[in-house]
Parts: sequence; structure tokens; C-alpha cells
Amino acid sequence: MTTKRKIRVLIAKPGLDGHDRGALFIVKALQNAGMEVIYTGIHYTPKMVAEAAIQEDVDVIGVSVLSGAHMTILEKIFRFLKEKKAGDIPVIVGGTIPPADAAELEKLGVRGVFLPGTDTSDIIKCIENLVN
Amino acid sequence: MTMMDKTTMDLFNDPKSSKVLATIGADGFPNAVPVQSLAAIGEKTLAFTVVAMTKTKYNLLERSKVSAVVYQFPPKGFQVKGTFTGFVTSGEIFDRMAVMVEKALKIKAYEVGIIEVAEVFPLQLAKAPEALPPRAVTISDVEVKPLYTPTDIMDLNYNRDLGYPGNYPYTRGVYPQMYRKQSWTQRLVSGFGTSDESNQRLKYLTAHGETGLNVVFDLPTHYGLDSDHELAEGEVGKEGVPIDSILDMDTLFKDIDLAAVSTSLITNYLTVFSYYVAVAQNRGIPIEKLAGTTQNDACSCHAGAKVAIVPIRPTMKLSLDIVEFCTQYMPRWNPVSLVGYHYREKGCNAFQEVALTMCTGIAYLNAGIERGLNIDQFAPRLSFFFGAHNDFFEEIAKFRVARRLWARITKERFGAADPRSWRMRFHTQTAGCSLTAQQPMNNIVRTTIQALAAVLGGTQSLHTNSYDEALALPTEESVEIALRTQQIIAHESGVINTIDPIAGSYYVEYLTGTIEKLAWEIIEKVDRMGGMIEAIEKGWVENEISDASYRYGKSIENGKRVIVGVNQYERPDEEIKIKLLKIDPTLEKKQLQWLEKARNMQNSKTVNSALEKVRQAAKKNENLIPTVIEATKAYATIGQIFDVFRDVYGVVKWG
Repeated sequence: MTTKRKIRVLIAKPGLDGHDRGALFIVKALQNAGMEVIYTGIHYTPKMVAEAAIQEDVDVIGVSVLSGAHMTILEKIFRFLKEKKAGDIPVIVGGTIPPADAAELEKLGVRGVFLPGTDTSDIIKCIENLVN
Repeated sequence: MTMMDKTTMDLFNDPKSSKVLATIGADGFPNAVPVQSLAAIGEKTLAFTVVAMTKTKYNLLERSKVSAVVYQFPPKGFQVKGTFTGFVTSGEIFDRMAVMVEKALKIKAYEVGIIEVAEVFPLQLAKAPEALPPRAVTISDVEVKPLYTPTDIMDLNYNRDLGYPGNYPYTRGVYPQMYRKQSWTQRLVSGFGTSDESNQRLKYLTAHGETGLNVVFDLPTHYGLDSDHELAEGEVGKEGVPIDSILDMDTLFKDIDLAAVSTSLITNYLTVFSYYVAVAQNRGIPIEKLAGTTQNDACSCHAGAKVAIVPIRPTMKLSLDIVEFCTQYMPRWNPVSLVGYHYREKGCNAFQEVALTMCTGIAYLNAGIERGLNIDQFAPRLSFFFGAHNDFFEEIAKFRVARRLWARITKERFGAADPRSWRMRFHTQTAGCSLTAQQPMNNIVRTTIQALAAVLGGTQSLHTNSYDEALALPTEESVEIALRTQQIIAHESGVINTIDPIAGSYYVEYLTGTIEKLAWEIIEKVDRMGGMIEAIEKGWVENEISDASYRYGKSIENGKRVIVGVNQYERPDEEIKIKLLKIDPTLEKKQLQWLEKARNMQNSKTVNSALEKVRQAAKKNENLIPTVIEATKAYATIGQIFDVFRDVYGVVKWG
């Protein structure tokens, strides 16, 4: 019998924003769904996020931004991932994101944008689909 | 009815009816017994024969008030209240009763009691027992009964627990006349882009009737970083106004008379405060005229908003510098606003919010006293800041509890003698975390309910959120509605016409007592840990909050709690079409130019010597404000000043 590897997710809170309620909630919800979750804590730089994702060999990166700096931060995360030849790790985003920006983020390569009020089961489903 | 009709009389005189007579004993206990002989003699008269009814007979001789019930199945029946007038052993009524009981009950009558009927009520006999209503809890999971009555507040003592408004323990409000004399201050959080845009927003709000200013700063400013710092990129002007130097502070308050306004600065270290004081001094305004508030809560900026820069103990030291400075030079300034709001926004419940804030207050009282200040010198200027969430009555109860607790803590625990030290004055912000991205216009209604709770809870100032804030910073249009919401409550609803209209509500008084007990339990737990600073250092505060946040979030996901538009009444086809504030990306460049300008205005010798003075004062553990003000006047940037702090005190480590 082969044991299936647990899905590994990096939850990142890059930038200066300290609003970590949502990130902490997602961490617990994903753990309860049987995933392995690595949480960066606040104040990671985009470069540190990319490095942590590679080092921890995660399947998905979840980025939480509530400060309005999402465009700058995500552009940088993708740039660092590509530089390190890890552009294939799927990235999803949650936070206070205006709908027009959600479309822009998807153009950048973000695979899912989740606004406040999203049911965690939708996020779990999205992660499972990205991994399989 | 005051007399019996034919139906009632027939029912009493029907041998198939069941009849009960209740009397009151001398000890106050009621006594109910079946009395089958009860009969209606006339519209105003009941009679019964006495058969082995010792207790009833004694009771009637002591207290004449009675209640009689007659009923049959299928359900019909009446209750009669009346007065026992005496026993008879002969006469017309005795003879009629004797015949009747002989025939119907096969007993002989010796004595007949007479009752004069006063009131008659039909009985509400349900066909089937009603199911108990489903269990209800507040947002903080406090059990709520279907009905509250005087028995729920029997322990309440008006003078001890409520007091008149403006009197200890201030449950009914901190001022004797409350809003009859002066309305709460309407101040809306403002700040975005650069100091230019923010100055325009401040003027726009003032022109529309705002009565106080409330400025929020961007994240690089909160963290003491210049706008060109690596970590600042993309964050400049996004969550608030950037302040790099005294030039920005001057522009922010352009054309605003600092001696005539009350300004709240949402900032946690003494630097932004020093820029403000320096601008006033440069304009020739005596600083004792400055009115306003600095948030400056060392506990909340570590365990709540997470905008701390240096570790918690030096943060507390720097915070106390403002307290001490204001005690000496700025009597109209509130040096600290003890924050419960951030804990609530992170997900704690109402009684945790109030308890953690009180624990912070206790830490400040201790720290001020350790500094050598007399409690009555500085406690009167400590102010508070709470959230207002969705559970209307629980929020009102929470504000009342906070006032009562603070009065007891300052007076009974710390022995403060000046009544002004006992008064808990507070600012309220409606709950940002309650706003939904879905169907955003619904947020106007949520904010209205929350604002009303704050007003009925006796707030001294109020910020109302705008409907678009789950998606972006607010536009001028959405901010205007938020301000109008307060104006409608103040001028149209009539709730301010009488002081504290809520007092005496069985439910709210009961809830106030319950939340007070739950909050005390937490305060005592934190006391046992050594106080709020220790509880934060151990990680206990954050753990408690994140557990509560998870429980709350799950209760929404599993549908136990309904959020309109999110987990019920959703519109799956919803497209969010409201206009959102887009911060012009070129503003970040504009800010960098302002920063450059300040650097160009520096004389390197003057600024370095000023910064060295700050460093020496920090090393000697002196009050840093005078030296920091001097540095701001030498065009020192926020990053330069905080670099000194980071150097001397070290940098906070986030877990």
C-alpha cells in the first residue's frame, strides 16, 4: 500500500500588513482538512516567500494581503519564483481585493482570488484541484 | 372583567369541572388545594363548604386575598381573583350550598365560606404543550433566555451598580447630561495617497459637518520606515497617509487651525506625535492648546494591530513618555487610547475585548505610578477605544460594563481619589470585520445598527465605516453616507433626547451583569499570569483571540450564524459594480519627491547632532519627546529617528 503524500501549502503574509486574522483562520482550516501548512508569519518579503516555498517544497502558495499592496507584492513573488525556476508552483490570493484587481491578478498568473466571506471549503476545493 | 358572566358561572356550577382555591399563608407562601364545592352564587359571589381544609382556613383568617380556578377538558376555564369575606353557618347562601353539596358530592355542610369576586380572566389553556423556543446565544456565545423579567435583576442595586449619569460607577454614562449637553464627536478615519490628498479629505469631511479629525497613517509610517525603504514599495499611501518628515505633517494640516480642532492620530510611537507638536510650535501655537488623542497603546500594537517596531517593554517606555509629556505640557491631549478594537477585529468576543482592554489599562496605571506620577495626575487623561459589532444589546451592555469595571479598578484597586480618574471615556469604531464584500450596500445597514449601539452605550466619539471597505479604502461618496449615518442618529432618531434610555431593561441589565462577571474572570486570569505584558509575551493573548476567531468563523461556515448575503440570501450571479477608490500609483513617486525634498533641507551637522541627542536620551532612559521634537525640526525623517530606536532597543520578533 502506498501512502499518499499530504498536500503541502505555504500561507504567506508578505508586506507590512499586520491583519493576520484571515491568514490564521485559513491555516487552521487547511490543517483540519488534513493538509500540511507552513505559515510565514507577518512581514515576509516577496523574495522570502518564494524562497520558503521552494525550500519547503510546497504544492501551493496562499498569499494574504489586506493592505492594498497586492499588485506590487504578487508581481514580485512571480518574478522571484520564475528566477528560481519555480514558476510552476500555483499561487492563490485572499484579502481585500477590488474585483477589477482580481482580474489583473489572474492575468499575472494567480490561480484563485478569494474575497472576505469566502467559505473555506471553496478554498480547500481549489487547492485540491490545483494539486491533482 | 370585574364580575362573572353566565359561562363562568355555569362552569363553576357544573359538577364535571375541576376547581382549585389558592390562598396565601402568613409566611408568604401560596397554598393551592382542590375545592370541588366551589360554586357561583351570583355574578359577584363564590361560595364553598369547608371540609378538612385546615391550612386554607388559617390562611383565609390571616390574609383574605384568594384566587380560584375552574376548568374542564377540552380546554376551557377561568381564573377568579377576590376577597374572602367570612364563614356563615346559616342563612340563604348556607342553605343553597348545603343542598347542592349533599346532592353532588354526598357530603354534609357545616360551614360555608364566601368570596367576593374582584376580577375574572379566561384561562389560556393550550391544546398541546408548546415546544420550547430554540436556544439562542449572543455573538459572544452568551446564552439568552426567551424572556427577561424583574426576577433576572433582583440583585441589581441602583446606586451601587448603576448610579446616576456622571456618578460612580458611571454605568449610565460619564457625564451628568451626556448628549443633552454635547453630542458625541463625529470623526472618520482619513488618510491615503500623500498628505495633499489627505488634507483635502479632512477639509471635505469638515465641510460636511464632521466635528473632529481622525488621521490614519500608512504602513511604512507605522513601522518607522522612509517611503523609499525596500519594504515600503507598493505600500506607500495605501492604508493611510505617509509621513516621512515634518513637511508631510505640515501639508496634512494645511489651512487647518490646530488650536481650534480636536485631532486623533492613529499612531503608536512618539515620533508622529512629535511631528504634530513641532508643526504647532512652528506655527506659534502654544501646545497646551492642542486637543486630541494619540492611540499609543503598547499592548495592542503587539498583540492586536501588530504595528510594533521595538519589543514590548521599550514600546511601553516610549508610550509612557507621551503620558508624562502630556501630564506636564498638554492638558487637553489624551496621550493614550487603550484599544479593545484591534482584539475584537482579530476575532475575540465582547467580554474578551473589554477584559483585555481593562488589563491594558491596569498595566498603564502600574507603569505610570512606577514612573513616579500620581494616579490622579494621569488617569483622567487615559481614554479608550472599542469596536461596535452586530449584536445590538450585547454591545450596549459591553460599553456599560467597561465603564463600571474601570470605575471599580481605579477607585477600589488603585485608590484613585479624583472622580475624573474613575471615568472611562471612549471612542467607538463600527466593526470593520463585520463588513461584507458581497452585496456591499448592506454594510450601510450593519453600520447603522452598530453606530446606534455605540450611541446608546454612551460613546464620546464615533467613527462609522463606509460600505465599500471590505473591498478598498472608501470613496468620498461612501464616506459621506457614513457621516450622514451619524447625523441621522443624532438629529432624526430621537435617541439622544433622554440620557441613557436603555437603563432598567431587564435584558440589558442582566446581560451587563453577566458580561461583567465573564470579563472579571479573564482579568483575574491575566493578573495571575503577572499582568497584560506578561500575558502577551507568553503568547496567551494571541492564542485566546485566534481560538475565538476560529470558533466564530466556523459558526458562519456551518450556518449556525447567518450573515446576510454571505451564507444566506446570496446572489450567485452577483457582480460588484460599486465605484471603488483607486489610489493613483504615481502618488508613491510624488511622496518620494517629498522625502527627497526633506533630505535636501537637512543640514547634516544639525540633524546628526539632533539624532545623537535622541540616542543619548534613550540610553539614559530619559523622556525622548523633547529631543525627538528637535530632530523633527531639523528635518529628520521618520526612518532616521526610528533607526535610533531600533539600534538602542532592538527590533520586535514576530512569531
